[in-house]
Amino acid sequence: MSRPEFIAPPEIYYNQEESHKYTNNTRVQQIQAEMTLRALELLNLPSSQYVLDIGCGSCLSGQVLTEEGHQWVGMDISAAMLGNALDLDVEGDLFLADMGAGVPFRPGSFDAAISISAIQWLCNADSAEANPKKRLKQFFETLYASLKRGGKAVCQFYPVGQDQIDLILHSAKVAGFGGGMVIDRPESKRHKKYYLVLTAGIDGDLNLANVEIENNVSKRKKRKGDESKRDFIKRKKDTMRKRGKDVASDSKFTGRRRKPKF
Amino acid sequence: MKLLTTNFVQCAVKSCSSSSNCFPLHFTECELVHEDLEFDEDFIKNVMVKIDWPALLSVTRDIGNNSLPEEKPNIESCDEQVLRDLHLVLLETQIKDGKMICKNCDHLYHIKNTIPNFLLPPHLA
Repeated sequence: MSRPEFIAPPEIYYNQEESHKYTNNTRVQQIQAEMTLRALELLNLPSSQYVLDIGCGSCLSGQVLTEEGHQWVGMDISAAMLGNALDLDVEGDLFLADMGAGVPFRPGSFDAAISISAIQWLCNADSAEANPKKRLKQFFETLYASLKRGGKAVCQFYPVGQDQIDLILHSAKVAGFGGGMVIDRPESKRHKKYYLVLTAGIDGDLNLANVEIENNVSKRKKRKGDESKRDFIKRKKDTMRKRGKDVASDSKFTGRRRKPKF
Repeated sequence: MKLLTTNFVQCAVKSCSSSSNCFPLHFTECELVHEDLEFDEDFIKNVMVKIDWPALLSVTRDIGNNSLPEEKPNIESCDEQVLRDLHLVLLETQIKDGKMICKNCDHLYHIKNTIPNFLLPPHLA
């Protein structure tokens, strides 16, 4: 399959013509709806939730959300795609925004977030200023903030390789998310689908019946002064040995004070 | 853009994210439309917990409506008519065209054809 990410930035690639083709292609419609349903299945939401759709495009996924009885807000960077969504007369709110610049909603806004075939675009540097790592960081940090505590997010995406999966997983983890990857139909090369499943904060209350929490959550960090001079020298020598430097061998005289000289 | 969404959207400029002044945005020159939507009692109850009532009052005053009560209605004890009114205000009232201004950095966002434009020039993103 060809990769549109390699051709042009999203706001340019999805122009009038391309987004019209995309929106009216029944195969694309079917696949998008299938993936949205699968994402909702993974989210396991109660009814009537407030959901954010990141990279909504022409809102093929939003229509499924409406059918399932959720209210949603969609954001996308391509104006032509959003124009197509207006033609489809979707119920959710639409935003023209760049996910790499952050999700512009106040903390605790949404119950859940979904993203269908979008976040792989973040891994591309489309302009001289764009730094994929920074954009991913900004995206996941603001997404984490905009979800309520115990909120969930499922992002389906098309990674180019293992490096990209690692990069995205790492960025999500650094932002504070828990969770991981779910891979559907892993044995098939063409029908393999990657879902990033994330949770923000603790899901539900802790069950603290019949247990006591020990007071050792914040362990005191070992301060420099706690280590003797001899231990310090040994530690430094070990590090240097690991780096392959020539280091004098240890003996009983290591770290001892020298005899005072005349 | 639904009036509900105005209660969640904040300024996207990076330096504003640490300021408490970037929410709610100030709305001017707004043209409103009414769109019929199905009434969903559960959703109203669910979302009312998250609504910042003073922010909602500030936005409705910006667009020229002073009829909302000062106190947030208690969602557990109110009758269905109140929920229907909230549905009318939050979901069916939509801003078609208008401008939003951040109170912290004075950045201007345009709303055109119900879609707000949150694309930022590179030096602000």
